[in-house]
Amino acid sequence: MKVLFDHALREGAGGLFPSSDVPARTPSDVLGSDLVRARAPRIPNLCEGDVARHYTALSKLNYGVDDGIYPLGSCTMKYNPKLNEDVTRLPGFVGAHPRADEALSQGTLGLLYELSGLLRGISGMAAVTLQPVAGAHGELTGMFLFKRYFEERGEPGRTRVLLPDSAHGTNPASAAMAGFSVTEIRSNDRGTVDLDALRAELDSTVAGIMLTVPNTLGIFEENILEVTRAVHDAGGLCYFDGANLNSFIGRARPGDMGADVFHFNLHKTLSTPHGGGGPGAGAVAVSQPLVDYLPVPWIEKMGETIRLDWDHPKSIGSVHSFYGNFLVAVRAYAYLLQLGDAGLRAVSENAVLNANYLQERLKKTYPLPYDRLCKHEFVLSGEGLPNHISTLDIAKRLIDYGVHPPTIYFPLIVHEALMIEPTETEGRESLDRFAEILEAIAVEARERPELLHDAPTRAPVRRLDQTQAARNPILTYPFDKS
Amino acid sequence: MTYPAAFRYTKEHEWVEIKGKQARVGITDHAQAELGDVVFVELPSMGTVVKKGGHLGTVESVKAVSDVFSPLSGKVVAVNDSLESSPEMVNQAPHAEGWIVLLEISDPSEANGLLDAAAYQALIA
Amino acid sequence: MRYLPNADADRRQMLKSIGRESIDELFSDIPEEVLAKFEPLGLAPRSELEVLGELTRWAEASDAAKRVSLLGGGIYDHYVPRIVGHILGRSEFYTAYTPYQPEISQGTLTAMFEFQTLVCELTGMEIANASMYDGATALAEAVLMADRIRKRRRVAVAANLLPQFRRVLATYAWAAGIELVDVPFDASGRCAWDRAPHDVSGLVVQSPNAFGVIESLGGLKAALGDTLLIVVTYPLALGLLEPPGAFGADIVVGEGQSLGLPMGFGGPLLGLFATKGEYLRQLPGRVVGRTVDADGKPGYTMAAQTREQHIRRERATSNICTNSALCALAATVYLVSIGADGLRQVAELNLAKAHYLADGIGRLKGVRLAFDGPFFNEFVVRLTEPASAARRRLADAGFLVEDPNELESLGVKNSLRIAVTEQRSRKELDRVLSVLGGKR
Repeated sequence: MKVLFDHALREGAGGLFPSSDVPARTPSDVLGSDLVRARAPRIPNLCEGDVARHYTALSKLNYGVDDGIYPLGSCTMKYNPKLNEDVTRLPGFVGAHPRADEALSQGTLGLLYELSGLLRGISGMAAVTLQPVAGAHGELTGMFLFKRYFEERGEPGRTRVLLPDSAHGTNPASAAMAGFSVTEIRSNDRGTVDLDALRAELDSTVAGIMLTVPNTLGIFEENILEVTRAVHDAGGLCYFDGANLNSFIGRARPGDMGADVFHFNLHKTLSTPHGGGGPGAGAVAVSQPLVDYLPVPWIEKMGETIRLDWDHPKSIGSVHSFYGNFLVAVRAYAYLLQLGDAGLRAVSENAVLNANYLQERLKKTYPLPYDRLCKHEFVLSGEGLPNHISTLDIAKRLIDYGVHPPTIYFPLIVHEALMIEPTETEGRESLDRFAEILEAIAVEARERPELLHDAPTRAPVRRLDQTQAARNPILTYPFDKS
Repeated sequence: MTYPAAFRYTKEHEWVEIKGKQARVGITDHAQAELGDVVFVELPSMGTVVKKGGHLGTVESVKAVSDVFSPLSGKVVAVNDSLESSPEMVNQAPHAEGWIVLLEISDPSEANGLLDAAAYQALIA
Repeated sequence: MRYLPNADADRRQMLKSIGRESIDELFSDIPEEVLAKFEPLGLAPRSELEVLGELTRWAEASDAAKRVSLLGGGIYDHYVPRIVGHILGRSEFYTAYTPYQPEISQGTLTAMFEFQTLVCELTGMEIANASMYDGATALAEAVLMADRIRKRRRVAVAANLLPQFRRVLATYAWAAGIELVDVPFDASGRCAWDRAPHDVSGLVVQSPNAFGVIESLGGLKAALGDTLLIVVTYPLALGLLEPPGAFGADIVVGEGQSLGLPMGFGGPLLGLFATKGEYLRQLPGRVVGRTVDADGKPGYTMAAQTREQHIRRERATSNICTNSALCALAATVYLVSIGADGLRQVAELNLAKAHYLADGIGRLKGVRLAFDGPFFNEFVVRLTEPASAARRRLADAGFLVEDPNELESLGVKNSLRIAVTEQRSRKELDRVLSVLGGKR
C-alpha cells in the first residue's frame, strides 16, 4: 500500500480557497524574515480525486463494526446507530465556538446539562462532570479527586491505591500519574477480590481501591458491598472503572454499590464509535463527599439559563481545554433518548444473555478457567492446544475467517487469554457462526496446525515483524532514503 | 544452553561471574527465552552505586519489560555499550557477549546467598 | 428495539440452552440490596424521527453558530474542505477500534504513520505520536516528560500561555508534585525568557501566544543550557512560520483543531506531540511504525509499546489509551487535500486579513494594538472606552468577540482579543472597523 508521500506531485490545491479580497502581504515584510519558514513542509500537492482514492483504498484495509462481529473483550464494540453520526453534523453543533457567550450557547450547554442529568441517574450518584475525554482520562480525574479529598481532610499520608490483579493497565498508570503508589490485591479462585487479602492491606496509608465492575473476567463481584464497606470503614474511597457498564445498565447503579467515583465510557456503553482509537468520552460521576472537588467549569442551571460556573475554590482545576468532547456527548444523548429506560434494560439483558450463550457453547471446546455465570464477557484460555498453537495463532486464524479476534493476553491472570464480549447488537445467528468458526479452528489446531501458524493469509498483510519494528523503529516516512 | 558452573545465579534470573573485586552481570538463558526477542536494553550510568537487589536496568522485548536487579552491592564500572545497537546479543549469547554490566563489588560475602548452577537449574526445571 | 437483533423466541431458546429459567437469573450475582435500590430515569423510548427533531432543536438553540466569529484563543473558525467529512464518514475508519490487530487495521495504521510524518514536517521535529486528547493535555504530558528526563521538580511557564493550557497543566503538575514558575512577558507581548530560572526541567513557551504574538525563539535554546525547551504551537500558522524544531525545541505540542476539525463547542480536539528521536522511550501515547510482514511486504504496526500502560502499567510514560485517532485522520486528510501550497495559501490569507483589520484599527481613534510584537491571525486591541461597551456594539452587529475577562486575568486591561481567519470577508472586516470606529 502506498503512503501518500509515494504519490506523484500534482498541480496543487487551487480552488479550495478564494484569492484574497484584501491586499496581499509579504510574510517576510510583516514578520521579519527570521520568523518565516525557510523550507516548505513536505506535504504532497494532490488532486482531490487522488486523495479520495488513497483514503478509500486505505479504509478497505480496515475492519469495523459495520463489517461484522467485533468481540473485543472490555471494549464493547456494539453497533453505532447512524442517527448519532448525523446529529453531530448539525450546523449549530459543529459551528459552536467554546468561547462564545453563555447566552448564545444555550443549545450546546443545555444539551450537556441534560446529558449530565441522565448520567447522574444511570450512576445513582451525586454529580457528574463531562470533562474527561477517555476512560483513562476519567480514571486520572478520579485519582485527582482522591488526592484532593485527602488533602482537604488533612490525610496526605494516604498514598496507596489498591488494585485487583485483573485490572486494566490504565488503572495503575492513572494512579501513578496522580502520585499514588499501587498495591496489587490477588483474586481468589472464583475470580473475584480476595476479601482477606484486601482487609490485610487496609490501613491509614490506603487512599482507596480501583475496581472494574464487573471485573475483567466478566464476573460480578458478589461481595461488592463487603468490599466497598471494608474500604469505607478503613477511611478509603472506592473507584469503579465503568468500562463494563454495558452489563448492568438499566437495572443496577454503581452509586448503590458503594462507588465514590465512577467513570462512563460513552464511546463503549453509549454507542459512540471508536474512530480507530478515539476520540472517546469518559464522564465521571461522584458521591456527595467528592462533589466540591469536581473539575471547573461546572455546567449549572440558574433559573432558566444554563451557566458555566468557575467559582469552586476546592476544585481540582480543569482536565480539558473546554467542556470535554461535546460531539461525543451529542451521540450519547441521542442514543439515550432513543433507548429510554426500556431500551437500556434490554441492552444489559441481551449483552449478558449473548455472553452466557457463547460461553456455554465454547467452554466445550476451549478451557474456561472461571466457569460460572458471567456478565457481558468471559475469558477462555488458548492453553493446551497441540502443535504449539498459541492464542495469537487462534486470533490470526479468526482473521482468515473474516471475523475480528477477541482481546488476547488480557487479563493477565489467565494464561493465553481470549476475552470475548459479543455485545447486545449481535443476534443468535451471528453468535452461532462465531462459535462454529472457533470450533473449526480448534479442529484445525490438531489436524492442520500450519493453517494457524501461517495465519493470516487472507488479510491485506501477513503477520507483521514486530521485533524489527521495535529494534529499528521507522516512525516517519523516510524521505531521504526513497 | 549450559549454565556455567563458575557463575552464581539469582531467583530473579540474573547471573554473576565474580573475579576478585569485579563481577560481571547478565540475565540467564532461561530469562531471555521467557522474554522472547530482546529489542532494547536500558543500561545504568557509569559510576552508579547499587545495593544488592537494587535496580540495574531493564530488558525489553516487543511486549514485555523485565527489570534487572543487582545480584550484589557495588559500583558500575563498565556497561555493555554494544547492546545499544545489538540488543539481540542478549538472546544469542546471554552468558557471554550479552552481558549487561560490570560491577566493582563492595561486599564479597553477599555472594554466599546466591544460587549455584545446579540450584538455579533446579529452580527453573 | 431497532438495534437488538434477538427476538423473544431467540432469547427463550438461548436461555434454555444455557439452563437458565429467566433473564433475572442472569443477574442473580448482583446483590438483592443493590437491585432493590434501582430507579429508572423516567425516560420513554423515542423514535429516530422524534430524536432527530429533538436534537435539531438543541442545535438551533445554539445561536453562536449563526454569528460571525472573531473568536480565537486556541480554537478558530477555519474552513474544512468537504472531502474531510466524506473520508471520515467511511465506517471502516470510524467504527474500528484501536489497531490491536494490525493485519486488519492497515488503513488506520497507515494513516497514523502519515499523520506522524506530517506533524514532524510541520513542527520540524524527528518523531511524533499518533495524537493526544487536546493541546492542553499534550502540554501537561510534555511537562511530565521533561521532568522525567531532568527530574528537577520545577518547570518554568511563560505567563502569556493561553489560560486553558495553563489550567490543565496546573492540575497535572499539582498531582505530580511539579512546581510551576511563571516567566513574565514584556511590552511587545513576548515572553521575557531571559528572566526564566535555570534550575528547572523545562521552559514552556507558546507561539503565537495568548496575545497572538509570535515569540522570538532564536537563541533561546542555547541560553537554556540543559533545560528542555517545550514549545506550544498553532499548526496552521506553521504553513508560514519557521517551525519550533528549527529553533532547537525539545518537545513541540499544539492544538490541532485548525487542521480540518470543526470547532464543535471545544471537543473533540486533537493534541499534537512531537519530540527528538533520542526521547522516544520517554514519549507518551501510541506510536505507529513501519515494518514488513512474513512475506517481506511493507506494513504498519504499533511500535515502542513497552512504554505504554498495557505493558508497563504504573511505570508507563502515560496512562493514555484512547486518543484522538479519528481527529488525527481528519488532520491528515486536511493537510493532504490542501497540500504544501494550499497550506501556505491559507496561512497567507489569515495573515493578510488579520493585518488588514489591524491596520484599519490602527487608523481609528481611541483604539490601538496592545502589543507591538509580530502576529499571525490574532491580536489584542486596547480601547479607551470600556472593552465591554465596544464588545456589546460588535455583538449587536452580529459579531462574536471574547469576554475581556480572560485578558484581564493575564493582566491586560480594557482590551479585546480578535482573531481573523480565511473565512472572514473584507466586507465583514470593514463592518468591524465601522462599528469600532463608532459609526452605526
